[in-house]
Order: sequence, then structure tokens, then C-alpha cells
Amino acid sequence: MADENWKPKIIAIICNWCSYAGADLAGSARTQYPTGIRAIRVMCTGRIDPLFIMKAFQDGADGVLVSGCHFGDCHYLEGNYKAAKRMFLLKSVLKNIGLDDKRLRMTFVSASEGAKWATVMEDVVNTITELGPSPLTELAR
Amino acid sequence: MAEVKKNEEPRIGVFVCHCGTNIAGSIDIKAVMEYAKTLPNVAIADDYQYMCSTPGQNKIVEAIEEHKLTGIVVAACSPRLHEPTFRVATREGGLNPFRFEMANIREQNSWVHMHQPEEATEKAKDSVRIAVAKASLLEDLIPKSVPVERAAMVVGAGIGGMQAALDLASAGIKTYLVEKNPTIGGKMSQLDKTFPTLDCSQCILTPKMVDVFRHENIELLTYTEVEAVEGYIGNFDVTLRKKARGVLTLEEAEARGFVGGGCNGCGDCEDVCPVIRPNPFELGMAPMKAIYIYHPQVSPLLYTIDFDSCVKCNLCVDICGDKKAIDLNAKDEFETVKVGTVILATGYDIFPIEEKFEWGYKNYDNVITSLEFERLICASGPTGGHLIRPSDGATPKKVAFVLCAGSRDNTGVGKPYCSRFCCMYSLKHAHQIIEKIPDAVPYLFYMDIRSFGKMYEEFYYRIQDEGAKFIRGRVANILEDPVTKNLHVNAEDTLLGRPIDVEVDMVVLAAAVQPAAETDATRRLFGVSCSQDGWLLEAHPKLNPCGTTTAGVYLAGVCQGPKDIPDTVAQAEGAASAASIPIHLGEVELEPYFAVCLEDKCAGCGMCINLCPYQALALVEKEGRTVMQVTEAKCKGCGTCGGFCPGGAIWMQHFATPQIIAQIDAFLLGGEQ
Repeated sequence: MADENWKPKIIAIICNWCSYAGADLAGSARTQYPTGIRAIRVMCTGRIDPLFIMKAFQDGADGVLVSGCHFGDCHYLEGNYKAAKRMFLLKSVLKNIGLDDKRLRMTFVSASEGAKWATVMEDVVNTITELGPSPLTELAR
Repeated sequence: MAEVKKNEEPRIGVFVCHCGTNIAGSIDIKAVMEYAKTLPNVAIADDYQYMCSTPGQNKIVEAIEEHKLTGIVVAACSPRLHEPTFRVATREGGLNPFRFEMANIREQNSWVHMHQPEEATEKAKDSVRIAVAKASLLEDLIPKSVPVERAAMVVGAGIGGMQAALDLASAGIKTYLVEKNPTIGGKMSQLDKTFPTLDCSQCILTPKMVDVFRHENIELLTYTEVEAVEGYIGNFDVTLRKKARGVLTLEEAEARGFVGGGCNGCGDCEDVCPVIRPNPFELGMAPMKAIYIYHPQVSPLLYTIDFDSCVKCNLCVDICGDKKAIDLNAKDEFETVKVGTVILATGYDIFPIEEKFEWGYKNYDNVITSLEFERLICASGPTGGHLIRPSDGATPKKVAFVLCAGSRDNTGVGKPYCSRFCCMYSLKHAHQIIEKIPDAVPYLFYMDIRSFGKMYEEFYYRIQDEGAKFIRGRVANILEDPVTKNLHVNAEDTLLGRPIDVEVDMVVLAAAVQPAAETDATRRLFGVSCSQDGWLLEAHPKLNPCGTTTAGVYLAGVCQGPKDIPDTVAQAEGAASAASIPIHLGEVELEPYFAVCLEDKCAGCGMCINLCPYQALALVEKEGRTVMQVTEAKCKGCGTCGGFCPGGAIWMQHFATPQIIAQIDAFLLGGEQ
């Protein structure tokens, strides 16, 4: 079981135009949030192959956050719709292999929603901390 | 293109920026730098106070040569700010600029974890490790140059759009000026005087309207809306809906063979039209026919039929006679034009102030908005410039002006922002009634008077000296005397610290402004973001206030946020300048984030074809096999195809699967060495 010093490993894959810009805005506004998440930037959430997320879980991620533009706001028209469909599908896969599907989260944070980004960060860290270490952690060792 | 060169041993240089104390204040720079040296493939790690400065950039240039680097990582601010800067330095050092990767340790680290230095430092180390992993796999990319169509479009023909169009056109660029209303001029044409100079609005606006109409490089498209947008900077294909106007211009009539025909603005049709309805230009305070012009100074001087109210009695057709200008069977027409750049100048609407029910707008006759006041005080308005009370036509002597009506309002009904020009026009209104009505007393209920512009504060003092009464306090409610129709304005005078009740003849609400109704639909067509209040989002609030995140699309005027006429005109000229740059250059470079088909892996299933929002992918026959082919000019690099391809046959340049997997692995597996 997890020791007292356990801290969740959470990876965020976020789109350049909305969520990454929103995260930057949270920074400009000096909105403080927990440190537990590392972000990788892609141009669009549509780029995110479900295999990236499976790989992250296989590598021992305790949680994965995918964040893009609001529906109708995608810089590439509809990439976020496709990403949402894939994440929805992937959640059912996760359930079937015995992972809590709350470990994968998709959010929609626009370039002007710095405060929302901070809330999402807090929320995701709390959710994953509550869930504890991923049962796949052993695989990554 | 394609696979990472396996024979090349990556040699990465890592540079950690202090950004003064912005980063160094909460992150241990030395620790991050020392850690970077231990990472695989890292040939050199260094730090500097300000990496973006000349000495900082020189460090990169020199290190590339000295250490034979194959990739650069700068751990500093957001790539959205300085990636272009460091790409230039990377290129100057002799590397392909796309062999650069940024670790964001400011916006997404030091600034958001200011009180957790240890954890922030750990996060910075992770970020550097992730960036090094990607930089080790980056490859040379060549941006694609595309020609820029020598034409521009301005959407919205208020003062901002008109100014932008005039500047573009005067710079020799063919400009399509699109306006949804039948006439150009926008909100400014509804104003009487302009602060602080008290220029007559029409007198300074109508000459510009004529200039726009006459300019040989401007194609004026009134009563027209943007229907669809395709393409990218340099090559936008914009489909326009020309709404059915029912009236032919001289040119349109000639095209139909009625030489000498077409609408000459004589107005005979209006005289015979039996349908009477409210004139929206006069805010419903004057009548208008079904075939109409808003006011005599419209440009173009061309009648329009409102087909929602037209009864098709044919009286107008008969009186128009040989001019044959009227076509009651007109339908919407569509036209697609190609432009290189676009300026959005879609303006604003007045917040529906009746939602603040406590002030009684639309409930009490004598509560009006400032825009209605403008029409009533304007010599060309419905009352010929005589301010009257709507209830009885009497001249009001005591008039209350309620500032911040719906602005700076966090109650949930109203807008949290300052609408920025209401203070000044309310001061102007106060001056106007003092000037026009003997013994008139204006009462201004204000929170703060924001007279921020050139000569504005002086104007404020002038109005004080003229006898206007200023009461600092927000109006709680307004009650009507049912007999006299006078109004009791209840507020707390916060300077005297007591509630007051002022009985006045009329109340003018300086209502908040909000983005024009069609703004949201229009911005989505052009892929422009908006702020939480719906105003269009500029590329950078300080350093790129006219640009947007969509290359080739620029902003002018209030659509970007409330601003007065001088600021609108200034931004319009800025936007016109920015929009003319790609056109004058003749070609622009597109970021080379294209999809590339790895033909040996492609099974030709075609699943990707329908995923592409830009129709950039197609199946082709090659050497007896069916494979996918990308049209680079159409591909915008979103990667939606690459995120799906079941065979891993789509290589997204700069965001390739091995590069992203390397980042994931570096974070999750790389830290425990």
C-alpha cells in the first residue's frame, strides 16, 4: 500500500489554443494551485491517441487529464468533439480493465479561464489523491 | 520528412532562465541546471538572468557551435510568449529552428506555486526532463511559404470597420467591407455630439461614409453577412450571404438590361408604402415603412425592403415605374470571395437594461437609455432635437443620469466590467441639457467618474462648473409617481453618508454595452476565441492587441472590449496596418506541423479521410497500393487524423507519436534513475 510520502503522478495533455493558454493566464494572474500535475502541450486534443493515455497508465500514471477548448470553440473546428468521443470510449475500456475511470478526466478550459484551470488542477489532484496509487504502478517498476 | 534519424546522437543544450526573480524567486535555478546535466543526451546546461535578452540568446548561439548541439531546450516562460524568439536564436546558431523545445517553468510553475519552492523545483526538473526527451527526437522542418491574396475583408462598417477599410484601401489593397445593416456608419451615426470636443457626430462621420462609398479599392457589401469561412492566412475563402434587399442598385439594374434604371434614392416608394413599423435606427421612436432607409444620410443611398412586414401590394413597383428598381421576388444570394487577411469590427449592442427591473426601464415612460437620449437630443432625431418626456411631451427640467447602469455590476444581472465611455457621454448629456433647456438641472448618480482620456478630466471640471449636480452613489431603485409620471430616484449619497430621494422629470440610464448579437457566430466562423464576457480575445493583451490566435485575423474597435471613438479609430488603424503586412509581403510562412503519411505503414483504410475537418486527406493509388495522401496547403496540423490512425501511419510533424510517447515516458519513468 502507499506510504505516507506518496504523491500522485498526474499527466495532463492539453491543447495549445485554449487550455494551455488558460493555464498561462492562471500564471499571469498568479492564481495558486497544487503542484502535482505535469502538462504536455499538443496543438489540439484531437491529436491525442488513446494509446498515449494507455501508455501513461502503463508507465504508472495515477491520473491523466485531457483538456481542450469548449465545444464550438475548437481552433480546428471539431478536434475536441473527436477527443471527447475517444475519451468517453476509453473510460469504458479503463473500467473494463479494472481501473477507476475517474483516473481519466476530460475538461474544457478556454484561453480566458485561468481561474477555472486552477480549480481543475485542484480538483484533479484531490480526486486522484483520494483514489490512491494506480493498481498499475507495479507494471512501471 | 519522416523517421527520426537513428544515426544521429542527440546533443542537447539546456538553458534555464531566472527571469529576474519571476522564476528564481521560487525555483532553485542552480539545482535545475545541475539536474539537467545528469539527463541523457544533455551536452551542456547553463543559466542566465534573462534568456530572452541579447546576451541570453547569444549563449544559445555560441553553445550550438561550441558543443555541436543538435537540439535546444530553454526552461523559461510560456512557449506561447517566447518560442518564436528562441527559434530565431536556434537558427542563428546554425540549427533548424524547429529543433527547439521550451519548458514552461514560469506561467505554469513559478507563478502558480510561489509558496512551494521545493515542489516547484521538482516540477521544473520534471519539465526540463520532458523537454529534453522531446528535443532529442526533434527533426529539421521547413516552413511552407504560401502566397497571400492581395485583398482584405473588414466585417462590420461602424467607425472602426470604416477606418480600417479606408486605411487598407488607401494602401492599395482591394478591401471588401461587409455590413449586416442596409447602411454603414454603425452606432456613431446614431450619436448627436461626441465628447469632449462636442463635435457633431454626423458632421465628422458622414464625410468618412462618403469616402468609403467612393473609394475605388473598397467593395461595399451592405445588408450582407458572413456565411462560411474556409482556408487560412493568405487564402481565406469567405462565403457571404447577400440578404434579399428587393431593390436594385444602378449597376444591378443595368446588369438586368434596365439601362438607366435602378434605385436613385428618390423615396417615392416610401411615400406609397402602406406598411408602418418602428424604425430601429430611431430605437422605435419614429415610424418607418416596409421599404425604407434609416435616415436621409445613409450610405449607400439605396432603399431596402423588409420582407417580414412587406405585404407585396406592388404599389412601390408601380410608382417606381421605368426605373424598375424593385424586385419583390428577390432571394438571398451567395458570393464567395478570396481574401488574404480579415479584420473583425463587429461592435456592440446595448445591454437590455430592463433586466435591472428596479430602475423601471420599459415600465416607466420617462426612464430612457442614453442612446434614446442621443436620438431625442439630435437635431435629425424624431423630435428634431427637442428633448421631451415620453409620457406627456413636456420639456424636462430635472433629469437624473444613472451611471454604471448594468456596468461594474457583480449582482449576476449586469456586467462586471466598466463600459468605459458612459461617464464621458453622460457628462456630455449633462452639458447638452444645460445648454438647450433654460434652468435645467442634471443630476449625475455615479460610482466614480472615469475621465481617463486626453482633455477628459478638463471636460469633467467644465461640466461641474456649468452646474451639474454630482451624487456619488449607486441608485437603489426608481419609483414613478403615477399621477405626474415624475420619478423618485433613491440612492445612498456615500459622500454625505445618508439616503436621498430626488424627484426628477426624467431618468437616463447609461446602460452597459455587450458584444453585438452576431459576434459569437461570427467569431466561431473565423476561429477566434472570446473572453468570459464575450469580447473577442486579442493575441496578447499588451503587445498584440489587434491580433488574434488565428493567423491573418485581426480585431478593431469595441468587439475586442469597450472603447470610445478615438481608441476605436486608433485600434482600427493598427489592425489595418497589421492586416496589410502579410499582403504587402506577398507570402507568409505556415508552421510546418503537417500530417505526413508513412506509406509503408498505411493500409489505405481511409478512416482518417472523414476525420479531417479541412478535406486535406485523400486516398490515392501508388505502386499498386491504396495509400493516404496529404494536401499540405490544406492541412492545419491539428493531428485529429494522427490521433486516430489504427496503423500509426500518420506522422504529425513536431508532434509525432514517438516524440509524445518520449515525453510521457520521461515524466513517468525517467525520474527515478
